[in-house]
Amino acid sequence: MNTTTAADNVAVDADNSTSPLLVVEDIHTSFMVPGGEVKAVRGVSFELNQGKTLGVVGESGSGKTVLARSVMRLNLGNNVITSGSAKFRGSNILDLRPKAMQKLWGNEIAMVFQDPMTALNPLVKVGRQVTEHVRHHLGISKKEARSLAIDLLNEVRIPEPENRLDSYPHELSGGMRQRICIAIALACEPTLLFADEPTTALDVTVQHQILNLLNREQETREMGMVLVTHDLGVVAGRTDETMVMYAGNVVEKSSTKELFEDMQHPYTEALFRSIPKTNERSHTRLTAIAGRPPDLIAPPSGCSFSPRCPYVQQKCREEEPPLIPVNNGSHFSACWFPVGTEENQEAFRKNVAAGLPQTLVIEETLTKSSEKEDGV
Amino acid sequence: MLAARLVRLVATLLAVSFLTFFLVNTLPGDPINALIPPDAQQDQEFVAQLREEYGLNDPFLVRYGSWLGDAINGDLGRSVITDQLVTDEIKHRIPVTAELAVVSIGLALLLAIPLGVTAGYRQGTKIDQSISALAQFLLSIPSFIVGLILIYFLSIRLRWLPATGWTRLTESVTGNIKTVIMPAVSLALTEIAVYTRVVRSDMINTLKETYVLSAKSKGLKDRFILFRHALRPSSLTLTTIVGLNIAGLIGGTVVIEQLFALPGLGKRLLDAIFQRDFIMVQGVTVFMACVYVVINTCVDLFYMVIDPRIRRKS
Repeated sequence: MNTTTAADNVAVDADNSTSPLLVVEDIHTSFMVPGGEVKAVRGVSFELNQGKTLGVVGESGSGKTVLARSVMRLNLGNNVITSGSAKFRGSNILDLRPKAMQKLWGNEIAMVFQDPMTALNPLVKVGRQVTEHVRHHLGISKKEARSLAIDLLNEVRIPEPENRLDSYPHELSGGMRQRICIAIALACEPTLLFADEPTTALDVTVQHQILNLLNREQETREMGMVLVTHDLGVVAGRTDETMVMYAGNVVEKSSTKELFEDMQHPYTEALFRSIPKTNERSHTRLTAIAGRPPDLIAPPSGCSFSPRCPYVQQKCREEEPPLIPVNNGSHFSACWFPVGTEENQEAFRKNVAAGLPQTLVIEETLTKSSEKEDGV
Repeated sequence: MLAARLVRLVATLLAVSFLTFFLVNTLPGDPINALIPPDAQQDQEFVAQLREEYGLNDPFLVRYGSWLGDAINGDLGRSVITDQLVTDEIKHRIPVTAELAVVSIGLALLLAIPLGVTAGYRQGTKIDQSISALAQFLLSIPSFIVGLILIYFLSIRLRWLPATGWTRLTESVTGNIKTVIMPAVSLALTEIAVYTRVVRSDMINTLKETYVLSAKSKGLKDRFILFRHALRPSSLTLTTIVGLNIAGLIGGTVVIEQLFALPGLGKRLLDAIFQRDFIMVQGVTVFMACVYVVINTCVDLFYMVIDPRIRRKS
């Protein structure tokens, strides 16, 4: 075995601040199941600089969580196959030996999980869970660990931190538990943080607080952060860049600002339409995306969104669109008929005429909203 | 909450004692046969007098009532054969049986927990398959066969340990260890197999939990995750089974006690049954039933030690 790879020198480029913190190239992740190979992530690449945030958006089953776990090498089970590379400070995480990986986990790279109800061990007191890895990584004493834990709990705004240390997770509310999870993730002052749907399991009122907390910590600590969510509304105004995933592929990637101003991909548009708008009357029907996410064992040929896309044309069903730059160089999209173009409008009209169900649904809502505007 | 539990415990004990009394009472055979030799039974007058004396003519409930009254005061009567106090006999023999139970279960846990944890952690690998095969093998040899094999090698061939008999802990510690080791190992092997299996399967389920993944994402060592995070939630089934095992061993190590000629409680009960020593049978059985109930209550309490969520619910 080759024992002297870069794997042993994790901190090689640690001070090289000009190179990106994380460079992910062509990640493929599959799960071998009795029915075949589930291709959960199919060739994703991205870069993340120190102190920057990347939003990964997509509905359930789009591969966003698997992507985050692949990059962190946390996909458990012996039926997982990951290829590609994920260079953290220059060394490929996917090549690291388990020992070296353990040194990164929780120390340099941390993760906040989706459901704080299940991410904390119900049988272990909060205090130990907050600092056990700090003691392991940094070798501090029990006493130091306790005072660190109190500081951390203060920082994530948990009242009476000292009492909370001796609580068990079930004695805390969901929001409190997620704050604990964030404190755990921050404990070793990591440079890279993955937040995997950190607010999905929480009350709406708490979601906002947790997101603000994450943002504040990310900014003050200058961490790189990957924020995974199914809610386009969550990334708006919170991330520097946004990547929209569908069926294991990136369909659109851009600075978050530009994405909202000039979205190119019909799927991004569909996600945007499904966000409840505050300026609409309450009980306004949301525009759901027709159909279901595709079968990842046998993904549709051509564009994987084609069976649900209101603008779908024959070309979409046959040829897979590549992820290519649009406008300036930093905005990428994978669509033959990008939103806002003449071809797109043409395709829409054709589909309305042909009576394609998913197109008619969109047409109906568009007419309604324009009627409403006319009425006012 | 503890009070409610106590009330339930007492109620269970009463029910158990009543059932035992009832069952012993329905055993075939006249107690008179055990009390006096056959020639004396010809004397009808003497038999009638004896029946009256022992209260055998009283209705069932009256007899149960008077027995229960004595039992509560710590008097389980005297053996009709040897005239010993039943309580003395229990006091004399329970240390042997209890020590055997504790040592064998302790040995079993010491080996089964690491084996089960390893098998669960390495699920599907050669290591897991070997451990499971070993468990299967151990499960299929009866403990007395193991006992015989041990006696053959360690006592007869190597002359390291005495084949039979018992040295009390109070007499000599090393002597005690020498006499407890073979019967304890004989009993432990089956237990190892059972414990290994339940720990393995519970461990496999626990390792699927998100908190295990989150512990891993903190960079903790696998061994630490297994023993400090996953073992406790994986030990609920084990606790139940160990509880039943302790109680079972207090009552039923007859075969091993017989094989190694140990002065244990199981053997005494068996002898009493053959001798129709109904007072002894009754006393020892009720005692064992009580041990069963008490240990199960302890198991319930132990769940609370393991899982803080149960503490709050109850």
